Amino acid sequence: MSKYETVIGLEIHTELLTKSKIFCGCTTEFGGDPNSHCCPVCLGLPGALPVMNQQAIEYAVSAGLALNCRIPRYNKFDRKNYFYPDLPKAYQISQFDLPICVDGFVEYELEGERLRAGITRAHLEEEAGKSVHSGNSILGSDFSLMDYNRSGIPLIEIVTEPDLRSPAQARSFLEQLKSILEYTKVSDCKMQEGSLRCDANVSLRPVGSLELGTKVEIKNLNSFKAIERALEYEVHRQAQVYDQGGRIVQETRAWDDVAGITVTMRSKEESHDYRYFPDPDLVPIEIDAHWVERLTDALPELPLAKKQRFIESYGLSDYEAGVLTASQDFALFFEQTVAEYQNGKDVANWLMGEFSKLLNNARITITDTQVTPRQLAELLMTIDKGLISGTQGKEVLSAMFTSGLNPSVIIKDKGMQQISDSQALAGVVDQILADNPKEFERLQQGNEKLLGFFVGQVMKETKGKANPQVVNQIISERLRELS
Amino acid sequence: MELYQYTARQLQQCLSDNEVTSEMIVNSFLAQIERVEQEIGAFITVTADQALEAAKESDIRRRRNELVSPWDGIPIAVKDNMSTKGIKTTCGSKILANYVPPYDGTVIRKLKAAGLPLLGKTNLDEFAMGSSTENSAFAKTCNPVNWAKVPGGSSGGSAAAVAGYEAPWSLGSDTGGSIRQPASFCGLIGLKPTYGLVSRYGLVAYASSFDQIGPLGRSVEDVADLMNIISGYDQLDSTSVNRDCPNYAAALTGDIKGLRIGLPKEYFAQGLNDAVKAAIMAAVDKLVAAGAVVEEVSLPMTEYAIETYYLITSAEASSNLARYDGVRYGLRVADEDSITMFKSTRSAGFGPEVKRRIMLGTYALSTGYYDAYYKKAQQVRTLMRREFAEAFAKVDILITPTTPTTAFGFGEKKNSLEMYLSDIYTVTVNLAGVPALSMPVGKDQEHLPIGMQLIGQHFAEEALLNTAYTLEQVKLKEGCVHE
Repeated sequence: MSKYETVIGLEIHTELLTKSKIFCGCTTEFGGDPNSHCCPVCLGLPGALPVMNQQAIEYAVSAGLALNCRIPRYNKFDRKNYFYPDLPKAYQISQFDLPICVDGFVEYELEGERLRAGITRAHLEEEAGKSVHSGNSILGSDFSLMDYNRSGIPLIEIVTEPDLRSPAQARSFLEQLKSILEYTKVSDCKMQEGSLRCDANVSLRPVGSLELGTKVEIKNLNSFKAIERALEYEVHRQAQVYDQGGRIVQETRAWDDVAGITVTMRSKEESHDYRYFPDPDLVPIEIDAHWVERLTDALPELPLAKKQRFIESYGLSDYEAGVLTASQDFALFFEQTVAEYQNGKDVANWLMGEFSKLLNNARITITDTQVTPRQLAELLMTIDKGLISGTQGKEVLSAMFTSGLNPSVIIKDKGMQQISDSQALAGVVDQILADNPKEFERLQQGNEKLLGFFVGQVMKETKGKANPQVVNQIISERLRELS
Repeated sequence: MELYQYTARQLQQCLSDNEVTSEMIVNSFLAQIERVEQEIGAFITVTADQALEAAKESDIRRRRNELVSPWDGIPIAVKDNMSTKGIKTTCGSKILANYVPPYDGTVIRKLKAAGLPLLGKTNLDEFAMGSSTENSAFAKTCNPVNWAKVPGGSSGGSAAAVAGYEAPWSLGSDTGGSIRQPASFCGLIGLKPTYGLVSRYGLVAYASSFDQIGPLGRSVEDVADLMNIISGYDQLDSTSVNRDCPNYAAALTGDIKGLRIGLPKEYFAQGLNDAVKAAIMAAVDKLVAAGAVVEEVSLPMTEYAIETYYLITSAEASSNLARYDGVRYGLRVADEDSITMFKSTRSAGFGPEVKRRIMLGTYALSTGYYDAYYKKAQQVRTLMRREFAEAFAKVDILITPTTPTTAFGFGEKKNSLEMYLSDIYTVTVNLAGVPALSMPVGKDQEHLPIGMQLIGQHFAEEALLNTAYTLEQVKLKEGCVHE
């Protein structure tokens, strides 16, 4: 055991899914030609003024409620002043001392244990633009170009309490947080498009100490894996410094994903004085308590509650329920299938196995598939009735996946339907028994291996369509008749 | 009398009697500009072609009986800090010397919608910071009454244009007296409306919680008419007030019987020029003769007005002017990297007064000083608002001098503090957000106009305008022409 306790707090930025930007009517769509989603307001032209997007307020409140936050009656907007080419007004409109959401928590699970991390606050702010450098990075580039399409997209910044005790906890917490935000439909949380970003504060302290150690902020964390790796590296680095009798300097470090290390970005002395003050262009916002009640009622069932219900209602394992509820769409697909086909365990197996394989290979998510829950249920029922075998079922699902056709159509097209009619099969069986008298005799004498031989012959004759169980039954009947 | 000497109301009459065309009117003003502009220097940009074009269109509308407003075809000049699409908007600053906005501010849109041809953009103290228009980076504007004197500021160009008969009326902006003080120095009527009554969208911000656009004219009727054109709720300005606007011209009844006038004793104390005081008291006597009653009131917080005003306005300005960084528009002084480019651009682009206020404001907002300066000043501001509200519980309007002295000479104010003190009677109005009007009430020994300030409670523009109108009518009966 280490003699240090790890203390981690996170700051998560996530873009809200509003159609228009936070202070103007420009679209928030990702991509587009550079500077094509801009107007005087999000370009910060002289004389332009911000006007609050009500949908952004609503999404922020819903996110806060999903994170068990309190929604204070008043919140207001402040200016965070700093110079940077991607910041068109040279200040970011943010919330300083009266954020929209405060005092929440998130419950998450790690290795079967249920944990909780406090949410200090969540506030609304605007996104900055994007620099495009002529070289690989700002250093050594001859010039940089600016794209303000992103400027003014609404963001919430979620700040946690320093409640996380390991890199693994940080990762599990983040996965849970992402899932909650997705469930609430306030953000699509796409880390690769930058709509979810995370900075981490990490410090060590002697085990048993209540005082916090000197913290280091880590930036440039672009995936869950990067976050866990960076934190592991940083915990190790800080422990080494302490072990060698050194002290940690309060600073901001950047994660270098290729080298797998953190490097100094700026020291505390170099940190900005943002000179926050209330934005005189916006008025304070008063939140109506009845509105908050309505938004509370409209919250969806959140991931952990859903998982618990899946375990209890469908007899799923903790692992299965966890996988199925990681995405709300996946969970919905599951429940819609189960509504038509009651065996939840079976549905879970198919969704997590064959179906997930197909999704992964096609690089799409469950919302993009052509297969409907009703079709999947129909397929499972067809297998249950013995009309096709399980192996054939996989082939049918694959065809459903690419064509979107009903399983019955595919089965018919492929001529796959099993022959389970014993009268139809009896003739074939009798013919084969007659054609192979020696083998039949040995079977009568008790050589069980020959049962397989006869079933195989029948399958060959019927081009695989015979239901092997029915064939077995007919042969057993003939043996009984003769004994 | 030439057309350029007419008030807007008189021009309106001529137009509706079909005695003249808008083209003739605009040509008359352009000819006057040609004659006197060399000496007066009211304009930064004269938009002769656009004005004539707009005048011709107005004449066509008149022939077709398709007038868009009662003022269709009457030209106007506006201060060069209002965003005009396709027309340079410099704010009197080198940093915006070549900036051509891609959009019209709301007030400009309203002028166009009412069919008013734009004669040009008028000179001002850089970013509206100053009281003499001497801080303009481009031109010297003389007081048309006496070319050796300043026209006041910061809307010095807008006042000089009207006083010099280069425009029948104009728009200025008032952050701490920038409409009223030049109106006073040039012998005009100038109104600073209630904060929120006229949209700020497109007004290049100096101090957002103070700035307000307002009219300047040679008669009270013209000022009332212009208010009808520019006032009203605008959803592009979050600080715009959503309430019905009255017909300001209809408020000019000439009846002020029972009007309660308060004379705040702090505004008649030391530092006030004797001639100014005598002229104000004589005007008050005339109002009493017309049926008003007078009592002395006290506004003790006035003592802190200048300090409070400069702390808050500079703080807001330091943030508002941060966007001029050379990245997107305006002046760019190329340098090694973005930070040095910002520094070089801003060092070269801003004049000394602007830099002084940016530094003062940056300091007042900095960590460790915020509470002592910015926050304290905001608390004082609240007390001032309360003090005004208490005064208006007793009286309908307050009467004060607009300025301690009449127009001063170029270079006469040796330092900033001396210059700041010339705003001592006007800044409290912006701190409280209430409306105030300046009107001429006489002349001093040098034949320089003396201005009287009428202050009302929020949205009391009708009372201010009617009181001014009543006094104007009394003076006209006495045989005084417009000063």
